[in-house]
Amino acid sequence: MTLPRRRFDTLVIGAGGGGLRAALQLAQAEANVAVVSKVFPTRSHTVAAQGGINAALANVLPDNWHWHMYDTIKGSDYLGDQDAIEYMCRAAAHLVIELEHAGVPFSRQADGRIYQRRFGGQSQNFGGEQAARTCAAADRTGHAILHTLYQQNIRARTHFFDEYFAVDLLRDEQGYILGALVLEIETGEPLIIEAKTTLIASGGAGQLFRTNTNAHINTGDGMAMALRAGIPLQDMEFFQFHPTGIAGKGMLISEGVRGEGGYLINRDGERFMERYAPHALDLASRDVVSRAIYTEVKAGRGCGPKYDHVLLKLDHLGEAVIAQRLPAIRDMARTFLHIDPVEQPIPVYPTAHYTMGGIPTDRHGRVVVPAGHGEERIPGLYAVGECACVSVHGANRLGGNSLLDIVVFGRAAGNDIIEYLKENRYHRPLSDDGIAAAMARLTRWEQRGDGESVDGLRRELQQVMEEHCGVFRTQAVLEEGLAKVRQLRARLDHAVLKDHSRIFNTARIEALELENLVELGLATVASALGRNESRGAHSRVDYPQRDDERWLRHSLYFRDGETLDYKPVRMKPLTVESFPPQERVY
Amino acid sequence: MKFLIYRYNPETDQAPWMQALELAEVRPGMMLRDALLELKAQRDETLTFRHSCGEGVCGSDGLNVNGRNVLACITPLKGLREPVTVRPLPRLPVIRDLVVDLSGFYHHYRAVKPYLIAHDPEPEVERLQSPAQRERLDGLYECVLCACCTTACPSFWWNPDKFRGPAALLQAWRFLADSRDQATAQRLDELEGPYRLFRCHTIMSCTDVCPKGLNPTRAIGHIKQLMLTHQV
Repeated sequence: MTLPRRRFDTLVIGAGGGGLRAALQLAQAEANVAVVSKVFPTRSHTVAAQGGINAALANVLPDNWHWHMYDTIKGSDYLGDQDAIEYMCRAAAHLVIELEHAGVPFSRQADGRIYQRRFGGQSQNFGGEQAARTCAAADRTGHAILHTLYQQNIRARTHFFDEYFAVDLLRDEQGYILGALVLEIETGEPLIIEAKTTLIASGGAGQLFRTNTNAHINTGDGMAMALRAGIPLQDMEFFQFHPTGIAGKGMLISEGVRGEGGYLINRDGERFMERYAPHALDLASRDVVSRAIYTEVKAGRGCGPKYDHVLLKLDHLGEAVIAQRLPAIRDMARTFLHIDPVEQPIPVYPTAHYTMGGIPTDRHGRVVVPAGHGEERIPGLYAVGECACVSVHGANRLGGNSLLDIVVFGRAAGNDIIEYLKENRYHRPLSDDGIAAAMARLTRWEQRGDGESVDGLRRELQQVMEEHCGVFRTQAVLEEGLAKVRQLRARLDHAVLKDHSRIFNTARIEALELENLVELGLATVASALGRNESRGAHSRVDYPQRDDERWLRHSLYFRDGETLDYKPVRMKPLTVESFPPQERVY
Repeated sequence: MKFLIYRYNPETDQAPWMQALELAEVRPGMMLRDALLELKAQRDETLTFRHSCGEGVCGSDGLNVNGRNVLACITPLKGLREPVTVRPLPRLPVIRDLVVDLSGFYHHYRAVKPYLIAHDPEPEVERLQSPAQRERLDGLYECVLCACCTTACPSFWWNPDKFRGPAALLQAWRFLADSRDQATAQRLDELEGPYRLFRCHTIMSCTDVCPKGLNPTRAIGHIKQLMLTHQV
């Protein structure tokens, strides 16, 4: 089979903040870089990030990177790797300044410096008073950063393949990743992109759950591609439920609302976070606040006719603050709820938001897998952002750390790729075998006849994940969930499409996406079933305590045989003392 | 609820046609995107349209609905006159059904150099910008590039190759208005001539339809004004 081929030094899969930051680094170093994205770059989900990006600039309150490091480790429930976290927190200020220089329209303080707001899990002086570390462009920080990074890539003349869907990685017998098979959505034509290095920056898998804050495109394609290439996924049991999605609908209401002084109340009008986090209150970590809301509702103290949500009150902030700092939140409440938060509280409930787990990497974005007693890299393969697991977020990500993660590690991966390219100057030969396997993914959907619909199966998967792998979990419920997801995977083999057109066939794209989601659903439930403790976002009712003796380690899920393995947490930072696990109270 | 939806698949259709579809149940709070998704899932899987975030920030689902350009995900079904007539954004080549070819639109966007240009050495900290200076960017940087404005502009319909269109010009002004940008002369030079900027005749369709409530007409007026003062 002869497919058209293109050749680049680097293939970047995904045009969110991570992919674009890496591409910029590479383009500026005059590497030949191609960015493949299934949507036009500014439609990537980074655009929806609201609250801001963490960096200890100390523009508002005293701060330094070491405190940020402590908060991130504590937030991660000590599952984060401390070398990577030190690296990220030290780099943060520089990276944010770089974004400002690139044109990001950050909000400003009276003295002209970047405005910073209070966010969850932040403290001064290692657990002391609340810090203000989150640099914000009103409540549209992700939009501002994504557009700026795309704009700078236009300037750097990065080569974009807009509306191309990545099908699978191509690999040779020595294990080198040599690029990917992609599909041009407009024409339906497959294309091989050969690359000396491939960076996966394809984002998270929020579409696993029925109610989520994520875009339709967040189907974890790159993570599933890694699984199919024999690479394990790390810490997939840790899925963040954001405390404040619009109840019943899922749209994100930024933590910035609480950062600006908003707070949660139950049906008695009680500010219930006082009972769950006496010190940090509504700005405790997201896992803590989500569990609190869930518990309030479960205890019958929920609001509304069905007692099924709580209220986020912000009317006391006044119209001026809301208009200036939270304009998009106000728009969203008006559009989707027909209420003005200047007058009325917003009904909220925990909503699937962020994939902490992902493709295991080191702090240079290099994908690593177990080998002997240690790890070895997959040559030519990198991953950054939500699809990757460095791990800087461990068992629970802090708000404001995801935008930071993508720019820090996007840049780091770009730099490491530049070094790799110096040593690996030539394309390695690409055999037809790998291409045939990837092509089989496409031809499978040419099957006609009767069968279940992709849409129906996706809805079922989302329902199963919500019911069996939500905020609180037990062995029995997870086991049932695992069986159900396995059944769904078997049924998916017999699903058929009614749309067989080549031209802009979104039904086919959604089928390929669902195959990816099902793999990730299995990874998530199997990893959750394996971890018999409660840590961060993973709450096991049957194992309510954190168990550092047995479980201070990362999970690795392999697709072959659905097996689990474990590896130690890197407790040793780069230069400072380690933060040993402590009881986590807010 | 009754819908009339523009359909065209170049592989199978000789010409575009309008498909009548009916949505059995309209739930409270339902948006047009929800309706299209249900029609695709339950009635006709081949119905093709772009969409993603579902909350009006990614700008994927610009459509012409009952004659007006909107973002489907933030357009409530309630209040739409029946049959709800859904067409692709006007005057752009149709790829399939409601999916249009936006490459010309993106070309104009890239042509205005939509990125900050500064010549001074970069300070080791942020460049300072007063809240008042920053406020000049409000109503400009929020653009989601949905193309609702540009494809609603009669001047763009007449000169799609030469007139930059409201979305691109809004971004041109976003950088002209930025106190940190130092390429004013270069930006104004690029917009010289009878077409790129001056085809705007202040018809204001752009401002009328912008789903984000932005005002490209005003931005274009600011550029024209700046051009005049810059010349004298």
